[in-house]
Amino acid sequence: MTQNPVLSINDLSIEFPVYKGAVKALNGVSLHVNEGEIVGVVGESGSGKSVTSMMAMKLLPEGSYRVTQGDISILGTDIIHASEKTMRTLRGGDVAMIFQEPMTALNPTRKIGIQMTDVIRLHRRLDNDAARQLAISLLKDMHIADPESTLQRYPFELSGGMRQRVLIALAFSCNPRLIIADEPTTALDVTVQKQVLMLLKAKARELKTAILFITHDMAVVSQFCDRVYVMYAGSLVEAGSTRQVLHAPRHPYTRGLMAALPELATPGSQLQAIPGNVPDLSRLPAGCAFASRCPSRSDKCNQKPVLTSIHEATTHQVACWHPALQEELAV
Amino acid sequence: MNAMTEQTLPTAPDIQPAAASGLGYFFYKVKKSPLTVAGLFIILFMLAMMLFAPWLATHDPNAIDLMYRLLPPSAEHWFGTDEVGRDIYSRIIFGSRQSISVGLFVVAVSGVIGALIGCFSGVVGGRTDRVIMRLMDVMLSVPSLVLTMALAAALGASLFNAMLAIAVVRIPYYVRLARGQALGIREMGYVKAARTFGASRWHIVSWHVIRNALPPLIVQATLDIGGTILMAAALGFIGLGAQQPTAEWGAMVATGRNYVLDQWWYSGFPGLAILITATGFNLFGDGIRDILDPKQKGK
Repeated sequence: MTQNPVLSINDLSIEFPVYKGAVKALNGVSLHVNEGEIVGVVGESGSGKSVTSMMAMKLLPEGSYRVTQGDISILGTDIIHASEKTMRTLRGGDVAMIFQEPMTALNPTRKIGIQMTDVIRLHRRLDNDAARQLAISLLKDMHIADPESTLQRYPFELSGGMRQRVLIALAFSCNPRLIIADEPTTALDVTVQKQVLMLLKAKARELKTAILFITHDMAVVSQFCDRVYVMYAGSLVEAGSTRQVLHAPRHPYTRGLMAALPELATPGSQLQAIPGNVPDLSRLPAGCAFASRCPSRSDKCNQKPVLTSIHEATTHQVACWHPALQEELAV
Repeated sequence: MNAMTEQTLPTAPDIQPAAASGLGYFFYKVKKSPLTVAGLFIILFMLAMMLFAPWLATHDPNAIDLMYRLLPPSAEHWFGTDEVGRDIYSRIIFGSRQSISVGLFVVAVSGVIGALIGCFSGVVGGRTDRVIMRLMDVMLSVPSLVLTMALAAALGASLFNAMLAIAVVRIPYYVRLARGQALGIREMGYVKAARTFGASRWHIVSWHVIRNALPPLIVQATLDIGGTILMAAALGFIGLGAQQPTAEWGAMVATGRNYVLDQWWYSGFPGLAILITATGFNLFGDGIRDILDPKQKGK
C-alpha cells in the first residue's frame, strides 16, 4: 500500500501558543496519500482537519504555531524546514489547493481570463496565447459552456458552482500531483455539489492526481474517497478504506457520526446526536480525548490509545481500547 | 455574405448582463449628482485654461508697462493691472499652469508612493509594518503646514521644491489609508488562494491588494488636489513657492495684499481663481466618494 506517497505526515503535533499555555491543534497525526489516490479526512469543526491541510502547504502564518514533533513531506520535500521560496514553487505547481469559499477566492476586480493566464504563466513557460488556449481547454474539461466568453467575465457574473469549477480548473492548470481540497463543496447547494465533485474526481483520475479531501460530510466521503481518516480533537481515531470505515466503523466516535446522519434516520424520529462537546484543545485529557462522551468508556481510557490495525491482515486501523465488534454494527 | 455574418457572429454581447462597472456606469452615476457635474465642469474649465493659456491670454503675462500700473478692471485689462503694469487676467490664465500642475503632481507622487508603501506594509506586517507606521506617525505628529514650510525652506525657495515638500508631507495620509485597506484585503479568499498558487509577496501587492484598495485612495487624491493648490498658494504667499516673475496665484494674492485697500482686484481675482479651483476639485472628490462607496449605492 505504501508505494510512492505523494504526501506523508508522520506523527505530527502542532500547537498554537496562547496566553498561559497552548492550544494543541494536532496530536501525533500520521497520514499518507499515495499517487492518484483520493483520501478523505472527516471530523467536526475544530478537529484539526483544516490545520492539517494548511500545514501541508505551510500556509499558517509564520510564528503563530509550533511544531512539537513529527514531519511532513510532499514528494520527498521536507515541508517543515522548507524555505518560502521552495514552497512557492511547490504551491500551484506540484500541489494545488481548492478552498471552501468560491465566492471570495477570485479577485473581484479582474476578469477570469487574466486571473487564469496569470496563474498558468506563473508556473509554466507559456506565452499569453498558449496560456489562454490552456485556460479554455481547462474550462471545457470542467463542462463550462462557452469558455471563451467566460474568460471575458468578472467573477461576480458567475454562479457559485461556476466559480468553484473555475477554481478547480485553475488547480489543475499546472498538472499537480496532489490537490488539497478543503471542504470544496460546502458553500454549494446539493445538486451543484454532486456535479462539481464528479468533475473533480474524473479529472483527477484522468491525470492520476492525488486528492486530500477535507470534509465533514460523510455522504460525500462515501461517494468520493478511496480511503478515509476520521479525526477527533486533533488526533486520528480511525483509518481505513472508505468501505471499511463507513460500513464497519469500529471507533465509538465514527459510529456516533454515522448514527447522526440525517439521511439514515427514520422519518419523524428524533435525530441522533453525540452527547457532550468537543474537549478544549488547550486542556486535553491525558487519556482518550473522546472518553468523556463515549458510551463504552472504562478506566483504561485514562491512557491514550494508539492507532493500531484491528487485526493483522487489514489496513483498517482504530485508536480505541474498546473498538466495537463487527456483529454489533447497526449501520 | 449571409454565411460570413453568421460565422463572424460575436459571442452575443447582448446576453451578457450590463456590468455595474466601467466608464459608462461612472458617468451615469456622475450625471445623477448635479454638484459632481459642477465640480467636473470647473475642473475641465481649468484644464482647458491650462492648455490654451497662450490663446486665452490678452497680454504677455510678464510684460511690464509702468505707464499702466494698478489700473482697475476695464475693457483693455479685464481684471486690471498690477503694480508694474502687468495684465492680471493674463497672469491668472498662465498662473493656472503652475497652480493646477502643483495639485496634480503632488497628488500623483504622494498618492503612488503612499499607496505602494501602505499596501506593502499592510501585507508584510510584523516588524516592517511597525517601523513604517511609526515613521509615518512621527511625520503626522508635526502640523502639516509647519512641516511643509520647514521642508520647503530647507530645500530652497522654488516652486519645484515647494511641490516636493508638499508631496512628502502628504505621503503618510496615503500610507495609512492604503495600509488599512491592505489589512482587510490580506484576509480575503483570493489573496489566500493566490498564495496557494505560489504567488510572491510582490505579486500579491501589485496584483491583488493595490487594485482593490484603490477606491478610497482615489477619493482621497481627488479631495487632496484642492487642498494642495491651497497649500502651494500658501507657500507662494510666504515666498517659499514660485518666484518672481513667474505668475502663481498664491504669490499674486500675497503681493496684492499691500494694495488690497485701494486696488481690490489685485488680490481679489487670483484669490477667486484659487477658491473656484479648490471648490471644483472638492465637489468632484465628494461626488466620487459617493459613487465608489458601495454603502451609498442606490441612494
